Amino acid sequence: MRLELEKRAEHSRTMAVLSPLLALLLTLVSGAIMFALLGQDPVRALYTFFIEPLTASWSLQELVVKAAPLILIAVGLAVCYLSNTWNIGAEGQFTFGAIAGSLLPIMVPGFETPLTLPLMLLMGIAGGMLWGAIPAFLKIRFGANEILTSLMLVYVAQLFLDWLVRGPWRDPEGFNFPESRLFSDAAILQPLADGRMHVGALFALLAVIAMSVILMKTLKGFEVRVLGQAPRAGQFAGFSRNKMVLFAFLLSGGLAGLAGISEVSGSINQLTPVISPGYGFTAIIVAFLGRLNPIGIFIAGFLLALSYLGGEAAQVSLGLSDKTTRVFQGMLLFYVLACDTLILYRIRLTRTFAPSGKEA
Amino acid sequence: MRKLLSMAAAAVLSFGVVGAEAADKLKVGFIYVGPIGDYGWSYQHNQGRLAIEAAFGDKVETVYIESVSEGPDAERAIERLARDGAGLIYSTSFGFMNPTLKVAKKFPDVKFEHSTGYKRAANVSTYSARFYEGRYVIGQIAARMSKTGTAGYIGSFPIPEVIRGINAFMLGAQSVDPDFKVKIVWANSWYDPGKEADAAKALLDQGVDVLAQHTDSPAPLQVAEERGAIGFGQASDMIKFAPKGQLTAIVDDWSVYYVNRTKAVLDGTWESTDTWGGLDAEMVLMAPFTNMPEDVANAAKETVEKIRSGKLHPFTGPIYKQDGELAVADGILLDDQAMLGMNWYVKGIDDQLPQ
Repeated sequence: MRLELEKRAEHSRTMAVLSPLLALLLTLVSGAIMFALLGQDPVRALYTFFIEPLTASWSLQELVVKAAPLILIAVGLAVCYLSNTWNIGAEGQFTFGAIAGSLLPIMVPGFETPLTLPLMLLMGIAGGMLWGAIPAFLKIRFGANEILTSLMLVYVAQLFLDWLVRGPWRDPEGFNFPESRLFSDAAILQPLADGRMHVGALFALLAVIAMSVILMKTLKGFEVRVLGQAPRAGQFAGFSRNKMVLFAFLLSGGLAGLAGISEVSGSINQLTPVISPGYGFTAIIVAFLGRLNPIGIFIAGFLLALSYLGGEAAQVSLGLSDKTTRVFQGMLLFYVLACDTLILYRIRLTRTFAPSGKEA
Repeated sequence: MRKLLSMAAAAVLSFGVVGAEAADKLKVGFIYVGPIGDYGWSYQHNQGRLAIEAAFGDKVETVYIESVSEGPDAERAIERLARDGAGLIYSTSFGFMNPTLKVAKKFPDVKFEHSTGYKRAANVSTYSARFYEGRYVIGQIAARMSKTGTAGYIGSFPIPEVIRGINAFMLGAQSVDPDFKVKIVWANSWYDPGKEADAAKALLDQGVDVLAQHTDSPAPLQVAEERGAIGFGQASDMIKFAPKGQLTAIVDDWSVYYVNRTKAVLDGTWESTDTWGGLDAEMVLMAPFTNMPEDVANAAKETVEKIRSGKLHPFTGPIYKQDGELAVADGILLDDQAMLGMNWYVKGIDDQLPQ
């Protein structure tokens, strides 16, 4: 007797719903076993991980703060990946958006008007789009592989930021430490509640709604899908592959740029050498975890954010090491992706001697 | 409504979490930038945490969060400790400065200790150690031990702290050999064993025979050991990683400071201060002088003693900048302000500061 994976004729709709639940269950069971082996009470450990961060207003807000940039970037990336355009460089577009958006509050700190913030946000979006346009241009003009170019541009953007905050944009009163001046109040996205949740969260929500509509209800959404799944058919329909590459990069770059300037303005309030704990890369996981669907991405963003917050909670209240947290996150991702196999395949138990007489 | 919600949440929380602390127990929180197993910066801060536990036993409880990235995550991590009932919080990296101040503003009753920063508040103290004193000592040793007359130096980031260290190392070396050379490689990381090892190999390939580092992993020292070269441990005594290669190590010892500050909170005498202690305050220690002739070790011990007693100050004029401009006049001691913001190399360093 052995297990065999058999391809389904079509996607299983039941499994599409069940697989994330199954994954969660498997994660909980494996997690409980791991915690028990570490000498922890499994129930308490799981409570700390998944429930405790949801029990206080401040940590709920922190959850939103952590999830918002992930979601904002991931919905843009979803359009890229659906259209078969491989933008791996959202981290760079995030960084460059943050830099472009910070031009005003750093270079012209006295410019404090109601226009300051909208201008900063627009410049942030433009910065991200510009950074995204480079790999798009290289791909269209020279056929350069966008995976490599977009990824390499991440490092360029990060080093550019590094140079700026150590050199020309260093805080004049900062003892030569590598940080920009703090933004004035006019340049800060205001909090939405008593904690750290700020207006940037609304951008993520709007992006999810807008992208859902665009992908489901508009011709552009159809174009994205067709060019992704059947490029030749798309060409016969008169859709341009090159225009789609540009569109996808500009859209995802712009959203990443918006996430960048929102994070800097609403959360850090200055430029520092490190402005992202890898949002642009984590967003790739979020995009696929959410199955490239805006609503799915919304949920996935919160799930991943929860695992980070839960990890910190576990360190503080259980004294678990941060490595345990990483293992736990890894298990969650593994099970989610592994269970997705069940959407396309079914598991069959076969006898060694199949009735047909064929031995495999 | 919001208040009601958060009260309900608090009730759930206190119900859900088992073993709430007795009110008189002081909870001391730590935020580390690296893993506590780095055997460098965060490891030493964690040793300080253990010293607090050893000194006060049941009177304190310590908690920590490790590998907290400097950036948007820092504020959340610090706030979690404050929310969790910590009465004293050590945030142990420069990049936590503004997040620490933001959280401190929200929690005026919690005491904060921020390491290596320069911004203080009524409930935020700063502290650091004069590591450059140790670097002057190892500079002298390097110049005495090197056959090629060239040392390799692995820097993390070109911030004043690190530049001050390179300058002190060079001044120490020049006090022995005025023509001493130093080659500098920037790892652009505080802790990246792979990169640090690569940097060490590159430096050794370029004819360097002594390595110094301002990054936190023992990797460069391990490379030196393998290649039969010599070097200096960073932050902690790394002799077990290079029994034949380590000459000494500049050890960050936070224990005395941490125990004193924690005691001050327990006694109710804590005040916001700025502490910058060196060899004299025993915040900087030198690991045993090994793998060197006795005269070199004795000379090093003598230098340590002179710095400790105040007879010798590494940054005493005349000191010239790279381009020959006089930076510190003859017989003058460079003041702390100038040292804190140091962004120039002393004469004799060939490297260009990445600007």
